[in-house]
Amino acid sequence: MSMLLEVSGVSVTFDGFRAINNLSINFAKTELRAIIGPNGAGKTTFMDIVTGKTKPDEGRVIWGDRNISLLGMSESQIAREGIGRKFQQPTVFEAQTVRQNLAIALKTPRGPFAVLWHKKTKSNGALIEAVAEQIGLSDSLTRVAGELSHGQKQWLEIGMLLAQKPRLMLVDEPAAGMTAEEREKTTDILKEAAKTRAVVVVEHDMEFVRRLNCKVTVLHEGSVLAEGSLDHVTSNQTVIDVYLGRANA
Amino acid sequence: MFRFISLALALALAQLLTAPVGATAQSLQNILQTHQDEVLKPGRRTVSVVLDDLVASGLPQALPFLEAWRDREIVQRTSDGLFFRATGEGASFILRDLDTDVALDGAEQLDMKEARPNGGVRRAIGDALVQFRLSDPDIAKRQSAVEAIARSMEASQLALLVGSIETEADPAMKKVKIRLAGMLGALFADTIAARITAIEGLTGDLSVDVRGALNTVLTSTPQVSMALPEDANIAAVLAIGEDISAVEAYDRLVSADLAPTLILNNDIHTALVANIQGDAVGGVPVAALDTDAARQVAYDTLAADGIVLARVTPDAQAQAVAAHIFYLQYSETNPAITDVARKVLTAIETKVAVNQSIDLGLDALSLASIYFLAAIGLAITFGVMGVINMAHGEFIMMGAYTGFVVQQFVVDYTLSILIALPLAFAITFGAGVAMERLVIRHLYHRPLETLLATFGISIALQQLAKNIFGTQARPLTSPDWLDGALVFNDVVAISYIRIVIFVLALIFLFLILYVLKRTRLGLEVRAVTQNPGMAASMGINPDRINMLTFGLGSGIAGTAGVAIGLYAKVTSEMGADYIVQSFMTVVVGGVGNVWGTLAGASLIGFLQKGIEWLNPSNTLAAQTYMILFIILFIQFRPKGIVALKGRMAAD
Amino acid sequence: MHRSFFAQNPSVLWVIATLAVFTVAVTLLSEVTGVDVISTSFVKTLGKTLCLCLIAIAMDVVWGYCGILSLGHFAFFGIGGYAIGMWLMYARTEVIVIESLAKQPIPATPSEISDAIGNQIFGVVGSSNFPWIWAFADSLILQLLMVILVPSLLALVFGWLAFRSRVTGVYLSILTQAMTLALALYLFQNDSGLRGNNGLSGLQNVPGYGNVSQATISILFFVASAIALGAGYLLFAWIVSGKMGSVVKGIRDNEARVRFLGYHVESYKLFIFTVTAIVAGIAGALYYPQAGIINPGEVAPIASIYLAVWVAIGGRGRLYGAVIGAAFVSLLSSWFTGGGAPNINLGFYVIQWTDWWLVLLGLSFVAITLFFPKGIGGLFDLLVRKQS
Repeated sequence: MSMLLEVSGVSVTFDGFRAINNLSINFAKTELRAIIGPNGAGKTTFMDIVTGKTKPDEGRVIWGDRNISLLGMSESQIAREGIGRKFQQPTVFEAQTVRQNLAIALKTPRGPFAVLWHKKTKSNGALIEAVAEQIGLSDSLTRVAGELSHGQKQWLEIGMLLAQKPRLMLVDEPAAGMTAEEREKTTDILKEAAKTRAVVVVEHDMEFVRRLNCKVTVLHEGSVLAEGSLDHVTSNQTVIDVYLGRANA
Repeated sequence: MFRFISLALALALAQLLTAPVGATAQSLQNILQTHQDEVLKPGRRTVSVVLDDLVASGLPQALPFLEAWRDREIVQRTSDGLFFRATGEGASFILRDLDTDVALDGAEQLDMKEARPNGGVRRAIGDALVQFRLSDPDIAKRQSAVEAIARSMEASQLALLVGSIETEADPAMKKVKIRLAGMLGALFADTIAARITAIEGLTGDLSVDVRGALNTVLTSTPQVSMALPEDANIAAVLAIGEDISAVEAYDRLVSADLAPTLILNNDIHTALVANIQGDAVGGVPVAALDTDAARQVAYDTLAADGIVLARVTPDAQAQAVAAHIFYLQYSETNPAITDVARKVLTAIETKVAVNQSIDLGLDALSLASIYFLAAIGLAITFGVMGVINMAHGEFIMMGAYTGFVVQQFVVDYTLSILIALPLAFAITFGAGVAMERLVIRHLYHRPLETLLATFGISIALQQLAKNIFGTQARPLTSPDWLDGALVFNDVVAISYIRIVIFVLALIFLFLILYVLKRTRLGLEVRAVTQNPGMAASMGINPDRINMLTFGLGSGIAGTAGVAIGLYAKVTSEMGADYIVQSFMTVVVGGVGNVWGTLAGASLIGFLQKGIEWLNPSNTLAAQTYMILFIILFIQFRPKGIVALKGRMAAD
Repeated sequence: MHRSFFAQNPSVLWVIATLAVFTVAVTLLSEVTGVDVISTSFVKTLGKTLCLCLIAIAMDVVWGYCGILSLGHFAFFGIGGYAIGMWLMYARTEVIVIESLAKQPIPATPSEISDAIGNQIFGVVGSSNFPWIWAFADSLILQLLMVILVPSLLALVFGWLAFRSRVTGVYLSILTQAMTLALALYLFQNDSGLRGNNGLSGLQNVPGYGNVSQATISILFFVASAIALGAGYLLFAWIVSGKMGSVVKGIRDNEARVRFLGYHVESYKLFIFTVTAIVAGIAGALYYPQAGIINPGEVAPIASIYLAVWVAIGGRGRLYGAVIGAAFVSLLSSWFTGGGAPNINLGFYVIQWTDWWLVLLGLSFVAITLFFPKGIGGLFDLLVRKQS
């Protein structure tokens, strides 16, 4: 099996509302994928299911080379398996420095006692600096994260994901609230990251998706509506209907 | 013999009461004069003549005369043989005319002979008195006569009571008399058949005195013997180790002189101390006597020398117990009577148990109402707004003190409560609005700090109340018409005040549901709760809504305080007693839902009463276990009984 | 501790040094050295205050650093007190009983001694039998173990249940408060085996040291409390300064983020909750021998809220803030309620501080929450900022 993550036949219902409806979607080990869809299409719920925050009513979520199911696992176990997630709103530890933020994310033993006896090492320090370089925050390592600009916080959170060394990165609206310049840089970071792992980007902004230049999956009412290149899906009549229909409503 | 006299009396009295009044021209003194000797020196036989005549006369002054006669207060003036009632001694010695009750002047100089009825006669007089009272025209006196009999039941009262039943005019009183006659019959009727009938007549009666009467019939005493006696009415044979411990069994043997007394460690100690010779006792050095084994060796040596009684070995003890049979023997010798009594009692006890659980249910309901009243304001401020108000309990206290202060000015309790309810609402509403504007508004989205700030307000308010009203409990008196209880039967009863609290809880429930679901304010409250930003953009002022909602929750707490004050003592700490329970009520029920609060209050109320029922001696333990249960409950249903569903709840 | 730890946390050195100077000064000025400037009862007050500072830093770690507003840590404090109190009471009663039994003509048997001790201790609650929880009361070592074991077990079980079902925020606070209330109600019962309402008393007398003066004992406990506070401060400073501190603060500020980074948040909370519970137990075990008596009222939920008040006034999220808050408020409180503060005559009304202190405390607490959320400790920030 060459797939990294296989989601098949997953459904979840909230209070009678079917947020995800028989959703099947696969990701290869190295790819960049954009997921688009109107509001309420189930993009965030899909991420919740993969990361263990929400338990689906039915369906399978199979992960990695050993084909293990993610459904019985807790959020932290799934994260340790190598799935990183960036939230819609930038969530960094605002009271701590950029270096501390990255240090927490660094792939080291996660148990409380291991953390308690943790010693700083040169190699870890080098890793932190490398990630900081990648996200353009080398000069800000000693700054408190709360002082960063909105765009910098987004990058820091992406940086924390990179420091985690995940095999799958789920990125929710990374470009929200960014200037054109910042978006470009974000695109570069994500493209670079996707060379060695799978990166899944949920995004509203078509321009941004176009710049990512990758395979696109369109979600609608909790299942896959269309899949392919951006040009391919945007010429799909049902996709147009869904978007326009929404726009008219 | 006495029974015969009484019976004759009863019949005569019955005639007397039904006969038209006509032969009453005679005076009491006249009757007494015809029986001078019998009055002065009554004998067991002769007394009945006087009593008969007195009864036949139907004179009302006969009753006080009989009392005085029994109490040895009747004297005869030697000069003319007239009888008087004498009270007091020395200077306060007074003679009273028996017919007019007028006091005589200069009585102390006169020569008097005292009437001295003996014990038997006095009892006969007493029976006659009971007879008089049981048929007294005044229902209150009949009532007290019946109650006197119920207090101490005696065989002689049965016939008297039975005699008075037929002529009893008041139907309720007649019922009471028949019941009492049934109990007396169960205990004292002449024939076995009559007693069995009487016992069966008691079937289904839940009252404590009926159960007491049956238990008296079933009185048993512990007995021990080599073999079970054949003629005895045996209640139960006791199994050693189950019904009676081996130690108790042996003690019983000892007290029945069937086995030698055990030598206890204390006895050994005393005996050894008494027999110390030099530095040894029984051949054992004193210093070595610091174990039970060494002491026993020394004691056994003393016993072998015949100085002390030998110890009973455990084997001998066990043999003695095994050789005897231990049983309970009914005092009543006839098994037919005890059998039927046991059957009737068992049936009654089953019925009592059913009724007790109904009563427990009512208790639980009223406890649940109190929890609901205490928590309902919180359900709004905490449940709907998400604001933790640790001073909620102090709002309840403020409401209760408002009631107390109003009662200082308005003396009519009904009116004062009616004034206090809205006034308490107004005051605590104001306090709530002030608190929201000054403190809570600045702490939205910092729930833990809200908790602490409101706690600061809570201790300040508590101490303030202590400074103003003092530390002792202040009474909040309920109106007279709320005293007493609604009695269903001898087991099930509920006090009116609890009913009022229950009704108040219902009113609050529907009022709040109405305000939240059917009014503009409620709509705006729900809008602000769900999405303040959107609500604001539609022209609703969230600040104003939050303020009003908080005021509403606080006002309800204050009104509830008046109700709780009627039920519990008003102290500065009363709020603190309810705060933890109130929070738990809201959390267990499900936050953000008035129905949830109702469910939570019901669960906690019924649970606490249920645990108290299992262990009635210990309400503290009941509360402890209840809290532990709640802690566990929240583990399994963190969102409470009535949980919000959907994506909101998942966050 | 390597050098870099102190280099990174200069405040730790300052606190330890201050504490050491304070301890030596109080000892020198006490009755023991003959100087007698500080009375024995005040030495006890200071010793008790140090214990309160110790539980305050535990509270600060669990609340200020980990974000769990526990309203149950005073329960652990009380359990520690009860655990040591059981030994103190048992051993002292044993000494008295053996002394009085020795006057009898023949020596006492073990069961006679144990019955007599039982009678002495449990007579007030109408019993003479030893409840099972007193099984180890005769052994100082085992009871000292209980000081640590019982709070940690309770914290582990309670914490595991609560954190597992993701009870957070105010819900958790209410749940911990319920736990405290349940414990207090249990202790209030006569058949709790811990003398109900009477509590344990006479704890100031250390068995076997009957002829040592209270002045000496008070200084010994004072020094022990100071050492415990110093050790606790170092322990917690170490825990919150490194990566552990980073994770724990992360949990406080954004639990979900930490979880999605792969940390098992519940384990961390449980670790912090349990460690602080143990320290609270130790603090209690040192406090109550100085107080002389412990009763169920000490464990009542309100005590735990006061603890939160001290930490908030001192300044959350900084250990020295907790020390300052606890020392400042508890000493101020005993000054006001002990009648030390002068009454204020307004002409028409005399403000007696014994009556009005709680009103003042409550309102100033509201003011601090509203206007100085960083507490007294926040003032140090201003100082440091001015210098730099």
